[in-house]
Amino acid sequence: MESVFGFACKDFAVVVADASAVHSILVHKSNEDKIMHLDSHKLLGASGETGDRAQFTEFIQKNVALYHFRNGIPLTTAAAANFTRGELATALRKSPYMVNIILAGYDKDTGPSLYFIDYIASLHKVDRAAFGYGSYFALSMMDRYHRPDMTVDEAVKLVDQCISEIRKRLVVAPPNFVIKIVDKEGARLHSWKVSVEEGSVPVA
Amino acid sequence: LQIFEYNGSAVVAMVGKNCFAIASDRRLGVQLQTISTDFQKIYTIHDKLFIGLSGLATDAQTLYQRLVFRHKLYELREERNMKPETFASLVSSILYEKRFGPYFCQPVIAGLGDDDKPFICTMDSIGAKELAKDFVVSGTASESLYGACESMFKPDMEPDELFETISQALLSSVDRDCLSGWGGHVYVVTPTEVTERILKGRMD
Repeated sequence: MESVFGFACKDFAVVVADASAVHSILVHKSNEDKIMHLDSHKLLGASGETGDRAQFTEFIQKNVALYHFRNGIPLTTAAAANFTRGELATALRKSPYMVNIILAGYDKDTGPSLYFIDYIASLHKVDRAAFGYGSYFALSMMDRYHRPDMTVDEAVKLVDQCISEIRKRLVVAPPNFVIKIVDKEGARLHSWKVSVEEGSVPVA
Repeated sequence: LQIFEYNGSAVVAMVGKNCFAIASDRRLGVQLQTISTDFQKIYTIHDKLFIGLSGLATDAQTLYQRLVFRHKLYELREERNMKPETFASLVSSILYEKRFGPYFCQPVIAGLGDDDKPFICTMDSIGAKELAKDFVVSGTASESLYGACESMFKPDMEPDELFETISQALLSSVDRDCLSGWGGHVYVVTPTEVTERILKGRMD
């Protein structure tokens, strides 16, 4: 099951997602990027049904871009989160999207923020959030070690701790993770945490 | 999967002497996992009308957005605020509209009507109104709340005593319910002021 987690600090927000695309017992690929860039300063980490995830996140990304084209200014993170919730809520009683979302963004006047959006469109602004089986481990690690005044290096160390715990304790743990950060400078890839190289044959 | 017990909630409202109090717990959960301990369940419609929404969080948010929309339109057309009795009928009608695909919420409405007379009511998820002269309850902790309120309530309490009573009733009830609690949020409303307080309770 797919893990996504993230947390916000004073000057930046981090979103981490596992990188495996799985179909029943088969792993299609282990370098799937599940954290979409909505615009220069927003990240959308999504987990859930593969098709729904890809379609829905792209739909949100294009609508965020459309708003920017039409109105000349970008959406705030809160507005993007509420728009996403609205789309999920409208689809909920017709054909629900089975996608859980962590939306992180940086606004010039309000700083970094993180939004938890359930697949049934429950929205809440939080400091730390996690989805999937990995959430049982990631949330506990973040509750213990997260502080709002962390530096980026300390934050990445905490992310490493969460990933180590997931790899250690989850029976079908995803081998690879992608870490992305959003701050004043924008949204960017920080690193991949890889324990199984895509395309290599592991030694028996 | 019990839909009404998916997120967990406890809401209660009580009538005092020319005042009322409305209180809720602060937990947002996804079944056994707690997502947040600062989730808002009581919303302001106008300064003398409050609605607490227990049940499924996504429907509570959707319903609240629809109600604010309807009240804003009403305010523009009528150039005055809605009376609590009118608002209760509006909520009941909106809920019954979805009779065969309902919003999974149980609202608690509390307000000061004509001559600042306190008004409280609750309804089920399809809009069956239940008016009361003393107190109303809803949520996963409703059974405990009925017991606590019945024993602690006295008519014509002053705002300070009313605050104490509703707080004790709320905290003792949510302590018997695993899905609600993690603090309390109490509004005490008199004709002249609104006092909002956060309760420190057992964080489990």
